[in-house]
Amino acid sequence: MAGGNSLWERLKRWTPILVIAPAVFCSFVYVFVFSGWTLYISLSDSTLLPTYGFKGLDNYASLWANRRWGVAYSNLFFFSAVYVLVTMAVGLLLALLLDQKIRAESFWRTMYMYPLAVSFIVTGTVWQWLYNPTSGIQFLVNSLGWTDFEFALTTDRKNAIWAIIITGIWQSAGFTMALFLAGLRSVDGDIVKAAQIDGASTFRIYRKVILPSITPIFLAVAVVQLQAAIKTFDLAVALTNSGPGISTTFPATYVYDFMFQRGEIGQGAAAAMMILAALAVVLVPYSLYLAWRRRREVARV
Amino acid sequence: MSDAVLSSAPAIDLEAGRARRRHLLSRVVIYGLLTVFALIYLIPLWVVFFNSFRPLPEISANGLIAFPLSFRLDAWPQAWSEFCIGGQCNGMQRYFWNSVMMVVPATIISTAMGAVAGYVLSKWRFKGSEIVFGMMLLGVFMPGQIALLPWAFVLGQLGLSNSVYGLILVHCIQGLSFTTLFCRNYFIGIPDDLVKAARIDGAGFWRIFYKIILPISPPILIVTVIWQFTGIWNEYLFGVVLNSGANQPITAALVALSMSGTTVRTYDVMSAAVLIGALPPLLVYFFGGKYFVRGLTQGAIK
Amino acid sequence: MASLTVRNLRKNFGAVEVLKGVDIEAQTGEFIALVGPSGCGKSTLLAMIAGLESVTSGEIWIGDRMVNSVAPKDRDIAMVFQSYALYPTMTVRENMAFGMESRGIPKAQQAETIARVAALLQIEPLLARKPGQLSGGQRQRVAMGRALVRDPALFLFDEPLSNLDAKLRVDMRTEIKKLHQRVGKTTVYVTHDQVEAMTLASRIAVMHQGQVQQFDEPDAVYNRPANIFVAGFMGSPSMNFIQAEITTDNGKPVVTFPLAGGGTASLPLFNGAAERATNRKVVLGIRPEHLSRQSSATAAKPGMATMTAPVEVVEPTGAETMAVLRFGDREVVGRFSPDDAPKTGENMPLAVDMSRACLFDPTTEKRI
Repeated sequence: MAGGNSLWERLKRWTPILVIAPAVFCSFVYVFVFSGWTLYISLSDSTLLPTYGFKGLDNYASLWANRRWGVAYSNLFFFSAVYVLVTMAVGLLLALLLDQKIRAESFWRTMYMYPLAVSFIVTGTVWQWLYNPTSGIQFLVNSLGWTDFEFALTTDRKNAIWAIIITGIWQSAGFTMALFLAGLRSVDGDIVKAAQIDGASTFRIYRKVILPSITPIFLAVAVVQLQAAIKTFDLAVALTNSGPGISTTFPATYVYDFMFQRGEIGQGAAAAMMILAALAVVLVPYSLYLAWRRRREVARV
Repeated sequence: MSDAVLSSAPAIDLEAGRARRRHLLSRVVIYGLLTVFALIYLIPLWVVFFNSFRPLPEISANGLIAFPLSFRLDAWPQAWSEFCIGGQCNGMQRYFWNSVMMVVPATIISTAMGAVAGYVLSKWRFKGSEIVFGMMLLGVFMPGQIALLPWAFVLGQLGLSNSVYGLILVHCIQGLSFTTLFCRNYFIGIPDDLVKAARIDGAGFWRIFYKIILPISPPILIVTVIWQFTGIWNEYLFGVVLNSGANQPITAALVALSMSGTTVRTYDVMSAAVLIGALPPLLVYFFGGKYFVRGLTQGAIK
Repeated sequence: MASLTVRNLRKNFGAVEVLKGVDIEAQTGEFIALVGPSGCGKSTLLAMIAGLESVTSGEIWIGDRMVNSVAPKDRDIAMVFQSYALYPTMTVRENMAFGMESRGIPKAQQAETIARVAALLQIEPLLARKPGQLSGGQRQRVAMGRALVRDPALFLFDEPLSNLDAKLRVDMRTEIKKLHQRVGKTTVYVTHDQVEAMTLASRIAVMHQGQVQQFDEPDAVYNRPANIFVAGFMGSPSMNFIQAEITTDNGKPVVTFPLAGGGTASLPLFNGAAERATNRKVVLGIRPEHLSRQSSATAAKPGMATMTAPVEVVEPTGAETMAVLRFGDREVVGRFSPDDAPKTGENMPLAVDMSRACLFDPTTEKRI
């Protein structure tokens, strides 16, 4: 664009870049410098405070040798698998139900989605009370007559992880439901009508026509849920505080514990880097896939 | 034959009855399932709400999930100003105000910065602007744990450790990725021709922002403010790590509260305390619900 | 036996009455068109015939069955949508097989039917592709193929050519006509384009505001329109309407209206229209092609009247020349051969073919 060459004019042309420079700088520092810093600490001999003697991969070795980390990692795998799949299944079910021309749809939607506005801390706290056998769900069911019913997950070392899974699903199903519902609604109505005339039952229409059309959304939702699962922290703290014992430790609680309770920030940083690595394993292939698909669509047009 | 059939009136419609019965059955199943799920979602809310009004002996006797038999308001003032958390017995109010003082400025500043950044990235594209956007996008997915130690160090250097201002700074920087994402995706939908016409008319960078972009951005600004408010209010990790004691936000107080259950679990006061912590975003949700969803479907899928 | 009968059909959406008592029918093998402007109810009518919309009152018969509450898949129909509505995640072959699969037809028979229809429509090379890889015209043919494999009693088309560009539309129109001549199925075709209706259908139902204005052969709809709406809707450029009066001139009935620049035009009437009129005031309808330059040929033809009018705008299109002339205080469009083209500004001597002109009652708007 034409413009003079005086200092004022040149400054004006640079305005966009000048305006965004601080934001870019902060983002750069936040994303790269902070990660690099934490990476360095994970390779250093820091314990209570950062020191900068190079220790190589020793922290990582102690990390993986630590039994508690093993518990955290296997909890993460198990939790992620069940949480992601079941949250999507429940969300899909609710979305399918709401897609059937329901009356007072916004009432039902509000009911299922209000947990999104609530912190995992609040949810974890309240559900902790519900899991309490002397006053929560077990108490209710017992007092209604089924005296053998047991539902004290948070005090059961082997099954406490299920408490976290169930509560996590409760919190997040509304989110997946909202996305799936938007997806179902984005399908061209004429295609459904054509399938009806073609003689397909409602079930067959969903299975063969509607759901295949929204597979990109399934993928996107799965990725979002998975990265949230990897970061699980608030829920584990509020519901069980990694207990009983260490049975519901998660990588994120491990980091907090080692960094700020035990004065082992080197190992804590190593654990933090492992969380970052897990996220990268999920997000990098997905973004590459998205870029590939976008390129293919552009080429076709 | 056809004339005889066609002239009989009124015609009997066999299919109608069968179709109606099928329809009724499916409606029963659908509404039944919806109600079951609604109850599952209602119960925790019910528990927290009603138990803040029930006297403790009644809760201990009848459990948490029961119809309230009596009603008292005592738990609320107790939770607000007398409850003991982490050694201090001043209730939730200190932490509530900490959260307010942290959330309001952080929301406003991060939204404003995000709007401007989104404006630049969508309407003033330059070489490398896509890379810049990609980098800011990474900020959305970063795990908080990576930034804990660096932030502790930076805040210490700036003299902002253990203060609300430190948290405001943290949430502004971290929220920037998110708000930029939302605003940029929204502004991309504004036709570039509008900006070009304005430039031909002689308008500069800021004038275009104030006169063209800002007037049509309330929808996305509301969505961004709502999401930022909710996200920052409900945030726990940074609040509990970077601040301590009486400077922590309300989420940290809630955790301390539920862990400090010594001998007697005072569910009535704890319910009131939880509600104090949960109500602000919850009210925002109930009043601004559709903006919530809009933010979801716009931001999350992209 | 009629393939399709619609009796006194009404449809309400809430408080809005969209169809106000429609009666049409189609004989076996007939091609009928439902034509009208947006909002006239034609698409709603088609959707009700298909079973995609419920019936408020009235009857729909397909063959000898009343199908008001019968599900679309059991009505023995096939439909081609404006947007083609091809299943995006399936190949063309799978698109065409979907209906047969839903009915449990054996695979061998499916393959045979698909091969036959694909040959008929010349889409064999496309069978392994997905809809996203096809052009507009190809998608249209696949949509028709999907309907043809059903071999139904009734074909329904919902504005299938609207999404195509002008040239393709003309080509596909001919293909549809050829197809109908080959396959001979009863067809109901909805369009807003009256040219499509005229060229394709054996009978046209002109609809307006939820009612059928006229249901007749194309020739009748065009030359003997039932009312002003039908007259104005069919034909492009549309018929000219002139406020006029019936009087007598030397004992013969004429219709008069003021001319530009003073004076009155006086055109003789034929066809006994004057006798049927109950009012002296009428609306005179003249189609653009019924105007021509006065010549010895026009003087010799029976039923021609003469007048002059100034020419305001001339628009040559190559094959013909359109012109805007002024009749009194009205503008009138005429269609002339390029050899006798009007010139801008000339006071053109016109020959008006009164044997084809229509008279309408100004209050009821019906043709006299």
